[in-house]
Amino acid sequence: MDGHDRQHHDLAGLRIAITGGTSGLGLALVREWNARGAAVAFVARTVERVEQVARELHGVTGIVGDVANKLDIHPIALQVLGSLGGLDVLVNNASSLGPVPLALLADTPCESLEEALATNLLGPFRLTKALLGALRASAAERRGGIVLNVSSDAAVTPYPGWGAYGASKAALRHLSAIFHAELEDEGIAVLSLDPGDMDTPLHALALPDADRATLRRPEAAARELTQAIVAALGERRLQRDAEVR
Amino acid sequence: MIIAREPIQRPPDARLLAIDARGTITHWPRRDLPALLRRGDLVVANDAATLPASLAGIHVESGAPVEVRLAQRGSLDRDDVHDFLAIVFGDGDYRTATEQRPLPPTFATGDTLQLGPLRATVRRVLGHPRFIALRFTGSAQAIWRGIAKHGRPVQYAYMRPALAMWDVWTPIAGAPAAFEPPSAGFALDWHLLAELRLHGVRFATITHAAGLSSTGDPALDARLPLDEPYVIPPVTADAIAQARRRKGRIIAVGTTVVRALEAAARDAGLVTAGASLATQRIDARTRLRVVDAILSGTHEPGTSHYALLGAFAPPEWLERADRELEAHGYRTHEFGDSVLIERSADFRKRASFDRACRQPAHDRALCEEEQYERG
Repeated sequence: MDGHDRQHHDLAGLRIAITGGTSGLGLALVREWNARGAAVAFVARTVERVEQVARELHGVTGIVGDVANKLDIHPIALQVLGSLGGLDVLVNNASSLGPVPLALLADTPCESLEEALATNLLGPFRLTKALLGALRASAAERRGGIVLNVSSDAAVTPYPGWGAYGASKAALRHLSAIFHAELEDEGIAVLSLDPGDMDTPLHALALPDADRATLRRPEAAARELTQAIVAALGERRLQRDAEVR
Repeated sequence: MIIAREPIQRPPDARLLAIDARGTITHWPRRDLPALLRRGDLVVANDAATLPASLAGIHVESGAPVEVRLAQRGSLDRDDVHDFLAIVFGDGDYRTATEQRPLPPTFATGDTLQLGPLRATVRRVLGHPRFIALRFTGSAQAIWRGIAKHGRPVQYAYMRPALAMWDVWTPIAGAPAAFEPPSAGFALDWHLLAELRLHGVRFATITHAAGLSSTGDPALDARLPLDEPYVIPPVTADAIAQARRRKGRIIAVGTTVVRALEAAARDAGLVTAGASLATQRIDARTRLRVVDAILSGTHEPGTSHYALLGAFAPPEWLERADRELEAHGYRTHEFGDSVLIERSADFRKRASFDRACRQPAHDRALCEEEQYERG
């Protein structure tokens, strides 16, 4: 997908929601989809940041909420579905690092692990569940029905110091795989993708001394993830066309 | 019957009373529902998510506290969220039965309601001190945010705990359209959908803005159900056509699905896809054109829901079923047990006599030709 195509609103009509949409990869994805004509709702915790992004990008819906808080889930879901009139793609991107600075597991306060699990595992689980009916309808109408959970190589490799984050992302990755197996017949795809090490606020929080020049730009990762979503949409549509025939 | 007071959508011991087309009554664990369906049948459910339609606030002119229950909007369009019809209660909350709730202050056109972050104007009082048309100010997005953050699900005095949003969304809830839960859908879960698929039973959805089930005021209740907007996706209209071709039955999950499908009915038991308004009352006088059976909660005589069941079975069958529900200790209300009522064979015969030229669509041209020739 080159820049020229992106200006051609190739995602027009697609309804996408993303959590953690005001910085790093999330913000890059919101910008990318907005530029390509999708209807976008993004969720983040800070009112000021949400308003700032909503002001900057015309036509996107900003929603204030914390996916780690179970009382926020249905109000978020309601605003997503109300504002977009349904949902084709959900991207669970909001992530918590756990203890900052990073700590060995043995030094990690239990509360920090709970916090990482609440944001990285329970939040995506709850929000996916709340939006699953809408995603089923989208799949049935052959519009979409895709959940993309943003993963990390720390979900697979046991990096010392990344215990809370790594364990929560590993659990999310497995959750995605089981969801996918269970929901395939409903036409819903649940993907787990690792965007790679990027130059984002989360990365700076984890490794403040990293050489930023060696890190990927979040915009590049955003294009790649969008490509994966577009591919999954195409696959779903082909499969369902085949079923209809 | 026993009132179900706990918000458990699918208690493991939920039960199902079935009335077949000949009036035979049988009792089942509700999880055995797929055994009562046949290959080729189509189950149609309402995928409306329930709005937190109860908005607490004040009537600005008098300073009096009010509870506004949103009851209707004109369409399901995502931007059509400014104008609602609403039922308004005075001071107090759901722990007082609606019958005993005080009236709101006397409204005048143009009065202001401050409902948390939402501000609304009274547009009209609709022939009853509790019944108004209101208009929210602000952008559609701000209204969605205000309802999401400030609204609470409509509560029931008989429930032990206050209902949370997750209590009133069915597992398949999608479009936020209902004012009270389409509670027949509580019986569905993702495991059941998989089982239906295994049995060769298809599943499809419509979205229908299920309205308030009662207001506690007989004069208002007599006006229920209000006109309700619905959307039938083209895939669902296609699934109905396919089921007809395969001689499968159309099983509606809940009264709202019956209302929407019958409102959209056209010849040969097919439906027109798209967005429209369900305006007609369905009762013993209605000849159903699309729906062959209904899965429903257990409704009490005298309600509009109960009256709708009269389109499926004669009163004596329903009365017999009531006695059985009572004798067997079934649970009633939103979180209660279920009934599956197949349209009686006599009603079906009557309906097909009405429309000799119904099934299948490709025969219709012939049939019309014949009529033309005869005419």
